[in-house]
Amino acid sequence: MAIQPKKHEMPVQEAKVRAHNFKEVALGYTPEIAVAEAQRCLNCKNKPCVDGCPVNISIPEFISKVKESDFEGAYNIIAQSSSLPAVCGRVCPQETQCESKCTLGIKFEPVGIGRLERFVADYHNEHYKGEPVLPEPNGHKVAVIGSGPSGLTCAGDLAKKGYKVTVFEALHLAGGVLVYGIPEFRLPKSIVQKEVDTLKKYGVDVETNVVIGKTLTIDELFEDGYEAVFIGSGAGLPRFMGIPGESLKGVYSANEFLTRSNLMKAYDGHSHTPIMHAKTVAVVGGGNVAMDAARTALRLGAEHVYIVYRRSMEELPARKEEVEHAEEEGIEFKILNNPVEILGYHNPDDRRDPKNGFVTGIKVIKCELGEPDENGRRRPVEVPGSEYVIPVDCVIMSIGTSPNPLIKNTTEGLTVNRHGGIIVEEATGKTSKEGVYAGGDAVTGAATVILAMGAGKTAAKAIDEYITGKNN
Amino acid sequence: MYKIVRKRVLNPTVTMMDIEAPLVAKKGQAGQFIILRVDKDGERIPLTIAGCDREGGTVKIIYQVVGATTMALNRKEEGEFIEDFVGPLGCPTKTDGVKKVCIVGGGVGCAIALPVAQKFHELGAEVHSIVGFRNKDLVILEDEFRACSDKLTIMTDDGSYGRQGVVTLPLKEALETGERYDEVITIGPVIMMKFVVQTTKPYNVPTTVSMNPIMIDGTGMCGGCRLTVGGKTKFACVDGPDFDGFEVDFDEAMERSTMYADFERHEREESCNLFKKEVQ
Repeated sequence: MAIQPKKHEMPVQEAKVRAHNFKEVALGYTPEIAVAEAQRCLNCKNKPCVDGCPVNISIPEFISKVKESDFEGAYNIIAQSSSLPAVCGRVCPQETQCESKCTLGIKFEPVGIGRLERFVADYHNEHYKGEPVLPEPNGHKVAVIGSGPSGLTCAGDLAKKGYKVTVFEALHLAGGVLVYGIPEFRLPKSIVQKEVDTLKKYGVDVETNVVIGKTLTIDELFEDGYEAVFIGSGAGLPRFMGIPGESLKGVYSANEFLTRSNLMKAYDGHSHTPIMHAKTVAVVGGGNVAMDAARTALRLGAEHVYIVYRRSMEELPARKEEVEHAEEEGIEFKILNNPVEILGYHNPDDRRDPKNGFVTGIKVIKCELGEPDENGRRRPVEVPGSEYVIPVDCVIMSIGTSPNPLIKNTTEGLTVNRHGGIIVEEATGKTSKEGVYAGGDAVTGAATVILAMGAGKTAAKAIDEYITGKNN
Repeated sequence: MYKIVRKRVLNPTVTMMDIEAPLVAKKGQAGQFIILRVDKDGERIPLTIAGCDREGGTVKIIYQVVGATTMALNRKEEGEFIEDFVGPLGCPTKTDGVKKVCIVGGGVGCAIALPVAQKFHELGAEVHSIVGFRNKDLVILEDEFRACSDKLTIMTDDGSYGRQGVVTLPLKEALETGERYDEVITIGPVIMMKFVVQTTKPYNVPTTVSMNPIMIDGTGMCGGCRLTVGGKTKFACVDGPDFDGFEVDFDEAMERSTMYADFERHEREESCNLFKKEVQ
């Protein structure tokens, strides 16, 4: 049988329609499409795809089950390695991970592994009615700080081994970046809730409204009888560029803009949390968060949304699918442009003019690509005298974050690097303080959901070995 | 869910509540704040801690009814619950080495100034308090201030109680007549704090201001509460809320606080009409 050279397309909401709603963009495979896509898998002996997966899902095995229409069987295989398959199937950058290693990809398009994972997880969530088989409690308590992808994964893995796990969350809702950062149209919050509920069924306690480093310290957790602590507190403080005008009204960090819209539900119109409904918006940055912010601004009613990025389309760090979706929806890319100043309205004759202090535009300078930097990405070089102004009424800064100092400042013996990231032993997630492990953005700075999950998994294994070793 | 253990109306627009939150009560210190949500889908608002009962496990908050959320909070009665209550957030007020301090509070800001005055009093410092209100009916916490101040001056804008005039008037007189404070701490409307700083600057008295900008998470994640302090961007939630008054860009802070003025006006009007109906 001839191999179909292309991945089966995933049905999506039409670009013109979806640009005005917050419903999920991609609609997912049907069982028929899933089986047909699974049949493209060559079931290679050496399984290169598995090496490309940060949590090493047994990819060919689960795809074989899909071929047989045994979707629940496929789910069980994925669940052995991943605690959040419905999330990963949606937000993982598969094109640089599993799918980049797919043998089929040498000549054709790789197997749509991410789309199949998503299908299997959704099928399970929709059809499975059984209760999870609970492990025998082993009598040991572990605390997990943060309920984002690394914390949920670590908690899930430990709970399945019989540990009594408590997850401490600073916000009022569990999920971390999955609820405050990633928008509804890319990751419906009902899916995150379902994953959290599954963990609770395994006996995981989730304590919201507890800020570790403020409400409680790590040392107090040990006093309370927790034998190990995992820090998955996330990336923290948003960066600004340090250019004039960043304090004008209408300038947001992407974190603030997305939190207002996602967590605080400013998008649905009934929320008491305000958000600016700007007509023209510049989003500075080229990562997934920048795409999320741009597409959110569009859905809130903007007529023009620009991505302002200092390198070219080639260097955009966002997932390819997100960039494509953004382009289809009409996001305009101002590449090779670097902001130098944000301009605001000022009425010299009327101090009380309500327009005073609001953004009117962003001044950028054109760039060319120079020599590659230490990461191998070509460095942008500014073209002297090429400044021009893009008229906008809102600017969203999406240029990364720096680690949050709250835990570091209140935990003696915890070592951080010069950027403030917690230093860990890579193979275990072990920090400089006994019994304390860390992973995710709190260690690496802003990265992906799946890398954070991988780190949570690594730490769970190491914590289990640590506690078992200590008690023998 | 967090129980409202006690509710006391201090003046027509200012209310005090004791909220059951043992973990926060155990840790909270003067100068720190909490964030609460009244109900599901509610807004997160920061309120400064007005006191903690460590044994009883309650945290005192004092708020002025100014917007939709504080109106919703005010509709709650003793024995009822609020959805979320998290803290203590921010850094406590620094008290090291201060032997003589002047606390300058304005309006509902006095509620936040009180625990600061009490803390200095407990530590044995000489405390002079200057508190200002629009009129007699709005004066709050007079007895409490008197109990922890070596000298208390009450000012009203219209002279209906205490002395007539603004808080900077007695402060300037004190400084002119040679009072030497180790520190002046001021808490109240931004415009008032700006003028307090202008008053103390010529005498070079270290002056701390307590900023209360728009905020969402309160843990450093959103950056909405940013201020320019000494030319650098600072986050009120993790770097503050107390800052060196000589370094704060007050005009920018005042400008930023009006970002959602339109939205708030609309919310208030909607909420206000409902509120009136329920009262009648």
